Amino acid sequence: MPGRKKLVLEPEWCKGCGICVAFCPKNALELAGEKVRLKEDNECVLCGQCEERCPDYALYLEELEE
Amino acid sequence: MPSELIHKYMRIDHLPHIWCPGCGNGIIMRDVAVALEELIDDPEVNVSREKTVIVSGIGCSSRAAGYMDFNSIHTTHGRAIAFATGIKFAHPELEVIVLTGDGDCSAIGGNHLIHAARRNIGLTVITFNNDIYGMTGGQYSPTTPTGDRATTAPYGNYDRPFDIAQLAAGAGASFTARGSAYHTRETTELIKQGILHKGFSLIDVFSVCPTYYGRKNHKGGAVEMLQWQRDNMVPASRYYAMSEEKRREKILVGILTHNEYPEYTQEYAKLLEKVQTGK
Repeated sequence: MPGRKKLVLEPEWCKGCGICVAFCPKNALELAGEKVRLKEDNECVLCGQCEERCPDYALYLEELEE
Repeated sequence: MPSELIHKYMRIDHLPHIWCPGCGNGIIMRDVAVALEELIDDPEVNVSREKTVIVSGIGCSSRAAGYMDFNSIHTTHGRAIAFATGIKFAHPELEVIVLTGDGDCSAIGGNHLIHAARRNIGLTVITFNNDIYGMTGGQYSPTTPTGDRATTAPYGNYDRPFDIAQLAAGAGASFTARGSAYHTRETTELIKQGILHKGFSLIDVFSVCPTYYGRKNHKGGAVEMLQWQRDNMVPASRYYAMSEEKRREKILVGILTHNEYPEYTQEYAKLLEKVQTGK
């Protein structure tokens, strides 16, 4: 069984291009002051599309230790 | 802390990279890292970090050799394939990967490209094709579509563009494919296949340059340019299910040519054997 995951954000690496926001299938991300953040009450399903398309590696899925 | 992948395969003291906000090159460089990680971790194939060399030329794309934590060499303009040919010829056991751009590989280095393809030497060339010279300020390149604008084509470019993958195939490359910044998983898979292929392989990956190409041509920002790729480029599984008429309107993301031609360094080894043993 794959472990549980969480979405990690690195706003310092974010250049505010908005790609992750536009292609998130759950509309869970937003830009605030040109930096990415998770919306409150988001419905992130940990699909990882934001990680795959972030040109700056500013967000990614991390396995949680059991 | 960046992700484990980035930490493991990139020189994080050189990151964040210098590419503009929304530049497709960062996405493609990650695809290359994922492809290599999956091959290195696969016990069924013989790819190791120690025997992988990344070679680049000059241009936005070519910064990638500096960011990726492998044996790497950042060479002169247009000469990445020439240096890579030398490395592969001296050490055929190495996996030599060239990261280049449309200008570096098809203009300044165009002759090296066609002759490496003709010889079918076992290199894997990945073009970060953004239709423009970004680093020097947005001049048109050999892949800028006819009619599009650049700083050196203020009234529109009247050249006809190269299709780099078709150019390589025509020159004799045994594996050619097209990927895109939007289609990350498909592109990663094509890069893996290109690396595993024994002859010359070229994966022409459409990048996006919102800063110069996008802005000059009113194509919107990075998001709109990636949406264009999503809507106009179609992965092979869906592409071949479409009618021929529909296909003409779309661009295939997938393999264009795949042939088994004799590989150059192997042919040279055979020649050496023959001459030295007199058989």
